[in-house]
Amino acid sequence: MRKIIEVKGLTKVFNDRLKAVDNVTFDVYEGEVFGFLGPNGAGKTTTIKMLTTLLKPTSGTATVCGFDIAKQANKVRASIGVVPQEYTADEDMTGYENIMFCASLYGIPKDVAKRRADELLQLVGLKDSANKKVMNYSGGMRRRLELACGLINHPRLLFLDEPTLGLDVQTRAAVWEYIRKLKNDYGMTLFMTTHYLEEADSICDRIAIIDHGKIIKVGTPQELKSSIGGDVIEVGVLEKEPDLSQMIMNISYVKEVKRLDGYYRIKSDSGEQAAPAIIDLIRSRGYHVTRISLSKPSLDQVYLEYTGRNLRDEQADSSDILAQRFTLRRARA
Amino acid sequence: MSWSVEERVNTGKLHGLWSLTNRELMKWYKAPFIIFLSLIQPVIWLGLFGKAMNFSAIFSANSFNIPGLSIPKDVLNKISEQIMQNTFGTSDYFSFLSVGMLSFVIVFTAMFSGMSIVWDRRFGFLDKVLSTPVSRSVIVIGKVLSSVFRSLLQAAIILVVAILLGMNYGSITALGIAGTFAGLFLMTFGLSAFFLMLALRATDWQSQVAIMNLINLPLLFGSNALFPSKFMPNWLQTFVSINPITYGTDIGRQLLLGSPGFAPLGFDFLYLAVFAFVFASIGIIMSWRFLTK
Ligand SMILES: Nc1ncnc2c1ncn2[C@@H]1O[C@H](COP(=O)(O)OP(=O)(O)OP(=O)(O)O)[C@@H](O)[C@H]1O
Ligand SMILES: [Mg+2]
Repeated sequence: MRKIIEVKGLTKVFNDRLKAVDNVTFDVYEGEVFGFLGPNGAGKTTTIKMLTTLLKPTSGTATVCGFDIAKQANKVRASIGVVPQEYTADEDMTGYENIMFCASLYGIPKDVAKRRADELLQLVGLKDSANKKVMNYSGGMRRRLELACGLINHPRLLFLDEPTLGLDVQTRAAVWEYIRKLKNDYGMTLFMTTHYLEEADSICDRIAIIDHGKIIKVGTPQELKSSIGGDVIEVGVLEKEPDLSQMIMNISYVKEVKRLDGYYRIKSDSGEQAAPAIIDLIRSRGYHVTRISLSKPSLDQVYLEYTGRNLRDEQADSSDILAQRFTLRRARA
Repeated sequence: MSWSVEERVNTGKLHGLWSLTNRELMKWYKAPFIIFLSLIQPVIWLGLFGKAMNFSAIFSANSFNIPGLSIPKDVLNKISEQIMQNTFGTSDYFSFLSVGMLSFVIVFTAMFSGMSIVWDRRFGFLDKVLSTPVSRSVIVIGKVLSSVFRSLLQAAIILVVAILLGMNYGSITALGIAGTFAGLFLMTFGLSAFFLMLALRATDWQSQVAIMNLINLPLLFGSNALFPSKFMPNWLQTFVSINPITYGTDIGRQLLLGSPGFAPLGFDFLYLAVFAFVFASIGIIMSWRFLTK
């Protein structure tokens, strides 16, 4: 697979003291959805800002779409799309005007821009509100408008900073839908940050867990989960004898088998695949399965394991931040 | 399905300039009320200050007489006229001040070019613009241009209001107006770039307002916009003679009122052109360095 982002030792120090991003190294491959998962202040936005050339790294290098972020910043900017954490649209303009404005910043000719704006407003479902001022948009509509603006130059690589922060469940699901669509239909690479574990779990191909500016672990959601022990299957067998442990152990995806009183506790890399095979095997030898349960380690546990913190507490904070942003915006209007 | 990554893209150095300029002007022509509001203050100044300080009446025969001496009325009137001409270069203070008010509105409008970049930074809008391939200097020039448009339009309105209120328009010609606005253009270009430069890195508008308030009155009173400089103390005259507002106002006084100049017209224009060029260049160079942290 081709690398679309290559990061080496990227570091950002604010005010000579605060290491917001600390010697981070990772790659993102073409066509994948890569997620940055971490608590508030972990350095997610700072990393995105460096990769999108809004901040200069204190040290380290990175290439994005083959261009050096420090030396070829303008080429980087031309080939990526950015959907920032804050709402950045101009409140006094309509949705359509905002998109056309973005288009002109990318140097897209008017006729092409008009065609794309229509297409994108359709994609994000804002066609009917295109001529309303953004001031009157709901949070979800704003987010979708940001998404449309980020796509106006048809980028190969899109950066999304907390694309679903503060959205309700339905709108969040809709945004996930767009993200999947961009990946599958348009072959786009997406780099996103998130607070939400389910989000990272369900749409990211690979996740990097970041805390205190350091990447703690990178892998597919599956790998991360198995790294803390994998799925647990418990199978009750009617016949107490003989010991089937060795036999079960030979099934693929099974990592560990413990024989307990009347049942087996089995650890597996992939519970869904191992469980049917275990049942089949036990039955085929003429024994009877009395009960079976499958529990999967959640990303919650992974997160807790690696950051020593529980994300649940953090989510309250992020909605507070959002509330503050709203207030700020009001103050201006 | 895959979308075309690249169709025709304008990668010229100046792409996006008009959109950036127009974005700010749009806020303004979409709400003409704001133009009206922002003109109230200078009009009040003009009306109160210009009409209240009725210097010509002070010296005229009706209000001025020395007991024990019987000076003929027309001698007194002649003296009064001469005093006014000598001091203000025109027959009444109101006309003198009217031209100064053109500079006044320009200083106040240019000041806000700095504010707008602080707001843009605050609301993340600047980050959006910075993440696109638009050239950094275009961002600065766009702001300067929109401020130039605004202030020239405001100045034009003030000029009309002043004439309606009784400014002496006997010696106004089309060429004179064109020349005056050419001078004001250079002045507002330089001032807008200057205020923008002060705000390039600022993140809070309170300190920006404080800086503006610190600068604007000295800038206005330390020039010939409100009062002729020749009676000022020497140290102040030195400041007046480097203050670009002096030269912008001087062009208007010479071309609109036919007053004797503070400096030759050619020098006025040259000084303002250098001023505009220097500050626009500094602004652009700083934008390369400071827009991205
Ligand atoms: N411009 C700045 N100046 C000084 N410190 C900063 C600046 N931007 C961010 N920081 C600090 O850097 C750290 C990382 O911030 P960053 O915004 O990258 O976190 P994040 O992971 O995006 O958090 P969140 O989930 O809240 O968005 C924080 O401690 C923050 O206070
Ligand atoms: Mg963030």
